[in-house]
Amino acid sequence: MPWKASRPGWNGGNLISAAYSGAGDMAIRMEKAWRPLTAEALAGLPAQLGVYQIADDSREVIYIGYAGGRSLWGLRGALQDELAERGGGHHFRLEVNQQYLSRWEELLKVHMGDHGTLPPGNEKHRPRRIGQLSLS
Amino acid sequence: MDLELSDEQRMLVEQVRRFVRQEVDPLEADLDPDASELPGEEHDRLVAITTGMGLYQMDVPEEFGGAGLDVMTRTLLAMEMSQHRAGLYTPCYGTFGSMGLAQLYDANDDQKDRYLYPTLRGEKRGFFGLTEPSGGSDPARAIQTRAVQDGDDWVINGQKIFISGADRADFGLVFARTSPDKGRAGVTCFIVDTDMPGFHVRRIVHTLRSTHYATELQFEDLRVPSENILGQVDGGFGIANERLTRNRIPYAASCLGVAMRAQEMAIEYVKIRETFGDLLATRQTIQNMIIDNELDIRTARWLTLAAAHKADQGEPFRTEAAMAKIAATEAGGRVVDRAMQIHGGYGVTKEFPFERWFREMRIRRIGEGPNEVQRLIIARDLIGGAFH
Ligand SMILES: Cc1cc2nc3c(=O)[nH]c(=O)nc-3n(C[C@H](O)[C@H](O)[C@H](O)COP(=O)(O)OP(=O)(O)OC[C@H]3O[C@@H](n4cnc5c(N)ncnc54)[C@H](O)[C@@H]3O)c2cc1C
Repeated sequence: MPWKASRPGWNGGNLISAAYSGAGDMAIRMEKAWRPLTAEALAGLPAQLGVYQIADDSREVIYIGYAGGRSLWGLRGALQDELAERGGGHHFRLEVNQQYLSRWEELLKVHMGDHGTLPPGNEKHRPRRIGQLSLS
Repeated sequence: MDLELSDEQRMLVEQVRRFVRQEVDPLEADLDPDASELPGEEHDRLVAITTGMGLYQMDVPEEFGGAGLDVMTRTLLAMEMSQHRAGLYTPCYGTFGSMGLAQLYDANDDQKDRYLYPTLRGEKRGFFGLTEPSGGSDPARAIQTRAVQDGDDWVINGQKIFISGADRADFGLVFARTSPDKGRAGVTCFIVDTDMPGFHVRRIVHTLRSTHYATELQFEDLRVPSENILGQVDGGFGIANERLTRNRIPYAASCLGVAMRAQEMAIEYVKIRETFGDLLATRQTIQNMIIDNELDIRTARWLTLAAAHKADQGEPFRTEAAMAKIAATEAGGRVVDRAMQIHGGYGVTKEFPFERWFREMRIRRIGEGPNEVQRLIIARDLIGGAFH
């Protein structure tokens, strides 16, 4: 049976078989549409905890970050810091997620699996071990 | 049973308590509330301290260069080491070393050279791969992963779920069915290198515990040489059972440590927090919570130390270890919950450790043999096997 790079979601049915049928899938890759990293776009963002990606103008992911339990303004604050540091010409997408650390590590592994390297912005503070993930 | 601590035990307990309060607590103020690792330089600094205390690798048997503590002392220290935010699953952030996989102490010399010693030197990491989607409580029946002999090799196909740390591991113990008709006596333990073709980490299984997440594994024609069989073919379940039962006691103790710290914080708080013109400490409803916490802690502590005592006496202690595991994990949950309630809104914020303890403590009733299975063990002992 071919493996699907997604995670089963509870759909009121059998969770284990859902893993194979693809029913109720939640994407392992972050597949939301990119939004411009601008002050206006960020102003309305939630201050919840979660993970985000930053891309350059050609939509290449250059950094994967998270807004953790110590962040003052959650995702909104973390992305405002990104904007202040990087300036214009970038894009972002985010995911509200209480399990931001394990999701962040998962996104790093996915990027590593797809590209063979971490995003350039993550190379500077590389986690001690990235770990492997076999993607289909 | 004499539960009076010896002078040496008292000294060690105090040393570790000071270490947690003076070295670990301050570092947590700057870490993410869900963090499970210290920055490298801080980790090394703390390891130098635990080495100086003679407690580095405290879980490792003396013959392998560890501190060789008896179970009682180890249990007392486990109650201290977990008394911080990350303490339940990463007591003192691993700065007291790691024993690795208990089963490897029963490996042959070649396997010890390739897997055990590198693990003890911190060069390799292993995972424990037992649970499958078909169930973890009764793996003897549930295991569907198959290993079939092919010349000098075995070819493994199947799946595992909830396996902690497999994505970052260099090797793992994989339990697979080798004799389909033999039930419990038909399962073999293989040491599997994670860089072998056919080994796949398919996904992270996100749980309440965002540190030390679990993974789902798939094996596709994974070829393992015969020399990587741990123990005997079809003897997978016999491996290191005693060691695993023994580890259940410090496991219980670490839940108690968290409960003790939560109770300490709750007592401090009720003495300073005022509502309706008086301190919380004066309210009987609140006093009852503190009393129930103490009853829970002392009952579970007694059972845990009794199990440790029996283990040290060389007597059978399976039932006692099961009782300790049930009592401490369930008491721990109740105590953290009450301490959280006493702290009101602050209790559920990420500024305090209760929310992390609350999440992680919940897993403790499922991990290391779910509590229902521990109850089965006790019932077997009390009523006899014929009724199961
Ligand atoms: C965060 C996390 C990390 C884990 N890490 C590992 C790991 O590293 N390696 C590994 O091999 N496994 C690991 N596990 C798996 C864990 O050991 C299993 O989840 C556990 O054994 C229960 O198996 P199950 O989830 O399949 O539940 P099931 O076996 O399906 O049981 C479901 C429920 O029924 C109860 N139950 C079962 N039998 C009976 C009975 N006879 N009477 C009454 N009640 C019963 C169980 O206690 C449980 O509450 C991990 C789990 C978690 C959540």
